[in-house]
Amino acid sequence: MSDQRLPTSPGFWRSPLRGPWFTSVLGLVLLAGITVLFVTGLVSYAAYNPGLSPVNDQTPGKGLLGFYLFTWPTRPYWLYRLTQGVHVTLGIALIPVLLAKLWSVVPRLFALPPARSLAHALERISLLLLVGGGLFEFTTGVLNVQLDYVFPGSFYPLHFYGAWVFFAAFLAHAALKTPAALRNVRGLRERPRAEGDLRSPRPDPPTVSRRGALWLVGGGSLLLLGTTAGRDFDGPLRRTALLAPHGGAEPGGGPGGFQINKTAAYAGIDPAETGDEAWRLVVTGRTGTVRLSRADLLRMPLYSAALPIACVEGWSTSDQWWRGVRLRDLAALVGYDDAPDVLVESLQRHGAFRRAALRANQVRDPLSLLALYVNGEELTPDHGHPARVIVPAAPGVLNTKWVARLTFGELR
Amino acid sequence: MTFWPPRTPRVPVGSPLRLLLLTCSFALAGYAGLRLLAGDWLAVALWVAGAALLHDLVLLPLYAAADRALVRAFAAAGRREWVMYVRVPAALSGLLLLVWFPLIAGSAARRYRLATALPADGFLTRWLLITAVLFGGSALVFVLRLRRATKHRPSADH
Repeated sequence: MSDQRLPTSPGFWRSPLRGPWFTSVLGLVLLAGITVLFVTGLVSYAAYNPGLSPVNDQTPGKGLLGFYLFTWPTRPYWLYRLTQGVHVTLGIALIPVLLAKLWSVVPRLFALPPARSLAHALERISLLLLVGGGLFEFTTGVLNVQLDYVFPGSFYPLHFYGAWVFFAAFLAHAALKTPAALRNVRGLRERPRAEGDLRSPRPDPPTVSRRGALWLVGGGSLLLLGTTAGRDFDGPLRRTALLAPHGGAEPGGGPGGFQINKTAAYAGIDPAETGDEAWRLVVTGRTGTVRLSRADLLRMPLYSAALPIACVEGWSTSDQWWRGVRLRDLAALVGYDDAPDVLVESLQRHGAFRRAALRANQVRDPLSLLALYVNGEELTPDHGHPARVIVPAAPGVLNTKWVARLTFGELR
Repeated sequence: MTFWPPRTPRVPVGSPLRLLLLTCSFALAGYAGLRLLAGDWLAVALWVAGAALLHDLVLLPLYAAADRALVRAFAAAGRREWVMYVRVPAALSGLLLLVWFPLIAGSAARRYRLATALPADGFLTRWLLITAVLFGGSALVFVLRLRRATKHRPSADH
């Protein structure tokens, strides 16, 4: 008889909650949830158009992992707001499920013998990638949305390559365990306890039923969802996001009072460079270079577009009413009747996306603007005065603020 | 007399399908893993392995021990069934603290304030208030249930 004071003994684990049914329910929720996280994550990667230009590509060594990349569309205009909102908000809401699942299987970590066969040994190594990789993905994501960049390197490659490592282990785990999980959830009959079973051989008297424990896990998810989801909407809904970043009140009042990703001061914008006297937009294309003042731009046809700002961090604004010059009209100024790709450069001194590339389909969209006004007023410095790009369905960082230069033409 | 070499105990291989699946998985994980480790490989490896170890050997034992202590305390008072009234608000409050720790502790407060123009100092207060509401709500439910139970129980005086 093994010593029940040691975690290697099944008798060490006393909770009456552990068992195949409990673990299987949590596992199936994660199967669905993590699949959605992985797909929306890949979608977000595609939304950056990393294949378009090196300035958009934070992971140039991706190799085959970018096999699925496609031209990111501009419609529906709320597409990125939806996919990235789901990615981050669902990820946060799944944390209690992940923790409960790991709790429910922790006796397996200590189970002896360490390996019953070669396949079992490999499976246990794979589980290290599954648990370590999964926690790594959730941790880097949760830290990144709180702007706490303590992880070892840039977020993009860590979270992207980490996702593939995790997903490789996740696929194997799902393939090996899903059939049994489905059987466990369907099977209403309690089977006798078997060797290696998660059920304790000497359970404590229960303080809560298994269903009650699931309600607690679900309640944790609902609490996180309820205090996070509001940050994808302006106004009173945002105030319900009590603990999430970009939740609570708006940063200011009035037309330019909506959420800001990076302020002008943080981006190192010198007010001397953005004044009417100093600032010129440099547009380069097939027929040469044109320099335009803000007054020149205002003499061009102005159009309106109601579009949101949607950040990779999972927060977004409701639609804002932007007004400015169509990007395709600026392309026409330098000799392109069919607008090509464009490289947009900002006055910003530092930051990964001070230069960003937009694809021809984004430039040609009639809603894609070089905005000069928002919600009926001139842009505020923090929203990109004197001019900023706004493109439907594009991730927030591709909507370059404080635009200084547009270079139209083939980028490769 | 022939001399047979002593028979070595063979390691069982296990299901070939399982082996094949795991090999595929390792190949993909290796392909991505090389890229994941392309930068500061030691730090990244420590983060991945450390995440699993910290969770399994520190976080989980800590909250499990806290829960066991809680159950024992209630059991000692002869009221084991009341433990959920503390466990639920404590677990929910702890969960919020775990997820939003950087904001609540203010570890990136300066960057948050400068980048977003939003105040970074309200998170601790809000977390404490939510915690108070959770425990308060639990206490209210407890009192209501206790009252209903005493109402329905026939009194000894009658």
